[in-house]
Amino acid sequence: MSKATNSLPRTLAAHAILLLYTLIALAPVVVIVINSFKSRNAIFRTPLAPPTAETFDLIGYQTVLGQGDFLLYFQNSFIVTVGSLFLVLLFGAMAAFALAEYRFKGNTLMGLYLALGIMIPIRLGTVAILQLMVASGLVNTLTALILVYTAQGLPLCIFILSEFMKQVSDDLKDAGRIDGLSEYRIFFRLVLPLVRPAMATVAVFTMIPIWNDLWFPLILAPSESTKTITLGAQLFIGQYVTNWNAVLAALSLAILPVLVLYVIFSRQLIRGITSGAVK
Amino acid sequence: MKTQALTALLMASSILGSAGMALADTTLTIESWRNDDLSIWQEKLIPAFEAKNPGIKVVFSPSAPTEYNAALNAKLDAGSAGDLITCRPFDASLELYNKGHLADLTGLAGMENFSDVAKSAWTTDDGKASFCVPMASVIHGFIYNKEAFEKLGITPPATEAEFFAALDKIKADGTYVPMAMGTKDLWEAATMGYQNIGPTYWKGEEGRNALIKGEQKLTDAQWVEPFATLAKWKDYLGDGFEAQSYPDSQNLFTLGRAAIYPAGSWEISVFNTQAQFKMGAFPPPVKNAGDTCYISDHNDIGIGLNAKSKNAEAAKTFLSWVASPEFATIYANALPGFFSLNSAAVKMEDPLAQEFVSWREKCKPTIRSTYQILSRGTPNLENETWVESANVINGTSTPEAAAKKLQEGLESWYKPAK
Amino acid sequence: MAVETERKRRRWHIAVFLAPAVLVYTAIMILPLFGTLQLSLFTSDGQARVFAGLANFRQLFLDPRWSASFWNALGNNFWFFIIHMLVQNPIGILLAALLSSPRLRFSAFYRTAIFIPTILSFVIVGFTWKLILSPLWGVAPNLLDLVGLKSLFVPWLGKEQYALTTLGLISVWQFIGIPMMLIYAALLSIPDEVIEAAECDGITGMAQFWKIKLPLILPSIGIISVLTFVGNFNAFDLIYSAQGALAGPNYSTDILGTFLYRTFFGFQLQTGDPYMGSTIASMMFFIILAGVCVYLFAIQTRLRRYQF
Repeated sequence: MSKATNSLPRTLAAHAILLLYTLIALAPVVVIVINSFKSRNAIFRTPLAPPTAETFDLIGYQTVLGQGDFLLYFQNSFIVTVGSLFLVLLFGAMAAFALAEYRFKGNTLMGLYLALGIMIPIRLGTVAILQLMVASGLVNTLTALILVYTAQGLPLCIFILSEFMKQVSDDLKDAGRIDGLSEYRIFFRLVLPLVRPAMATVAVFTMIPIWNDLWFPLILAPSESTKTITLGAQLFIGQYVTNWNAVLAALSLAILPVLVLYVIFSRQLIRGITSGAVK
Repeated sequence: MKTQALTALLMASSILGSAGMALADTTLTIESWRNDDLSIWQEKLIPAFEAKNPGIKVVFSPSAPTEYNAALNAKLDAGSAGDLITCRPFDASLELYNKGHLADLTGLAGMENFSDVAKSAWTTDDGKASFCVPMASVIHGFIYNKEAFEKLGITPPATEAEFFAALDKIKADGTYVPMAMGTKDLWEAATMGYQNIGPTYWKGEEGRNALIKGEQKLTDAQWVEPFATLAKWKDYLGDGFEAQSYPDSQNLFTLGRAAIYPAGSWEISVFNTQAQFKMGAFPPPVKNAGDTCYISDHNDIGIGLNAKSKNAEAAKTFLSWVASPEFATIYANALPGFFSLNSAAVKMEDPLAQEFVSWREKCKPTIRSTYQILSRGTPNLENETWVESANVINGTSTPEAAAKKLQEGLESWYKPAK
Repeated sequence: MAVETERKRRRWHIAVFLAPAVLVYTAIMILPLFGTLQLSLFTSDGQARVFAGLANFRQLFLDPRWSASFWNALGNNFWFFIIHMLVQNPIGILLAALLSSPRLRFSAFYRTAIFIPTILSFVIVGFTWKLILSPLWGVAPNLLDLVGLKSLFVPWLGKEQYALTTLGLISVWQFIGIPMMLIYAALLSIPDEVIEAAECDGITGMAQFWKIKLPLILPSIGIISVLTFVGNFNAFDLIYSAQGALAGPNYSTDILGTFLYRTFFGFQLQTGDPYMGSTIASMMFFIILAGVCVYLFAIQTRLRRYQF
């Protein structure tokens, strides 16, 4: 029966639209990456051509890699992102469950309170946050960044997850309660697996701004040993702003790790989305 | 309460981490916006200092110029800034000194190497206290492609009429874009345009001081004329100059596609490595042959001491070294185009830098008109000048309207001392 | 009695579930932020901080210069938001709907590819598009030339009338993955039985989407709308990295975020003014709060939710 809904012209049209949009999404990135492998004159003369034997040049990468420890920067970014992500998802899901599941006094108010954070840029609290970190000796540590990003990620996570948790069937939870499961077990065993698609989505949304943030690494952890890759890349771009070989190489180097991470992660993400869907 | 408890917790967790720090060398950290200079500091300046001063290590820690002020202020307020602070000229640093973030350096050994003019950018209004060691000034002018000029038979113009005649000739020939400048980043229009050619009209220091005293207005003819001249530049800029950014302009010139580049002397070191043709330079053209020429010779960069530094003694040792002729020589030659403010004569190798500095002999120097005192309020005169200079060149505002807007903005908060 | 203890026990759970999030969030986000927002009621007399009541707000709205900047930024911000609502969300839903159709080949590839711009940082996006639209480098003019439309090239980022729209579209390009993913997850969680029942009734194709699926994903559309609203009124980084803090040309791309940044942290020779900066931040906060309240109380409560 569903064969009828997938008639050939319809499928072709779908592919055409998706292909067109894929092109729009990827073209700018591709232009940057192919040009990073070309010599300076070729970059300007034929920006749209792929590098050929004549125009192939790694000078940009040599310039950029000659300075700074990109591997260390990458490692820092990775620790910070994974650490904050774990805390955001754990704390966020717990709070979202409390808000979605229980009727208690001040529930709506608490929901609103926890949503305040998405309405003001956390950057405004910079000075107070920095003072807190200075007082506790956490300046130039990755812990400082993880704490800030956890606080920053929580509101959005709670906001989205509580919406999804409201859609989890009450019958299921009540059945669990009748079987004598504690509320914690209901949450970890019954509810969490069901909202996995939403968790995966939230994970991606939370991860991106953390990975890409420039401001807090600059303020809280600018030292050489705690620099994140975004901060490192931005310094390179600033430093070689007229040297397009180096700029394009730095951009490509900043794009590639995220890309690899995402391609690996997107499998998990999609598996989460599809397996979690109630079929 | 909650915050305190949390603080205590965080503190406890960090003691373990910091206990490992040994008390070996003193390490000084320099805050700077000059991320371009990272390799020069790492390879030349810091080794030269450390060789002479064992026991003191120096780390140069730049951030991007656009974030420097905001990041530095946040770090100073919270007490986590480095020991040495690179100083912007005039009011930005004065503000830091007034807030108690920068230490008084009036009596620092080595400060006697600088003239009052050199120190003026980092001195209180009453002239009593200096708070940054002057490092360098920059000079405005025009850099040109010598090969293009030779090919078209043009000699460097001395007067405004010659300047536009040269531009017309380049445009008619069509091989080169006459002038490489864009308005997208706004400041190019103001700094390379208005502040570059302006002093010729308002007679440098004379006009600038009269403006501060309230004897002249930005709507007076000598302040509107530079805008009128800028408006004429429009026809000589490259296609799509409205979206041309500063690096675009630099590349347009160094790729050999443009003939003239309205410049600051700081471009010299970049251009030397990127341009594959010979370059020359000429000062802003005068109105009539024989007029006095004026150049913008602007104190641009200094270095000061964080008042809360725990390593003040070592930092002062470093600052005295920055004030020494030795530093001046290394710095000026490593970065041709950043001219030493040290009274000791510095020998420079670079011919283009020599050309720029030679104008100090024949022209009257001044600093940028908006930097001292006049940009203390809101709306900020410097920022407004960026926006309006770009508008004038884009043709979206007339010279008169732009000048009127600047004057009204200034008047709204600035009351000159009577 | 049993009911009583049961209730008490449950209450403890609520606290345990909420505590970690509330603690971290309050200490590191809310306290610092409100410390800043309260500055809007103060001003500086040169040395010390003095209480000023609503004087800062009066200045923001009554001083012709401040109010002109504020309304300009607010108006631009609304246009920025409208572009997202009209372009980003419909295209996002369309892409999600296409992707979720069963047995579509290469859907994993499309999904991954279309989401890629979303994972890039503002620095990269801003810089990349600046290069592509640069008149010097000429990627955009060259591309237009290929289809014979070179005359259509305009220095978009440098023209007052086009710059903001261009940036809005760049932002759409960057963030389209977010509505797409959220809607995609929502569409996948529609049970097969519902779809099969619809097909039995002869509702297929477009009609099925409009009549069956769309009502079911309305709560998710609500979420993406409010997220778009909040995101747009907090936006800052893209414009800052593409146009600088002065949001040129002639403030035509100035939105509340850039206006706030410039005022709060200062720029070039302009020293930061935390008092006026906090005043602007408070206004942004009220605007966003109003929008979120409209969503929470007027829209969310009326949405019909279906539990599966």
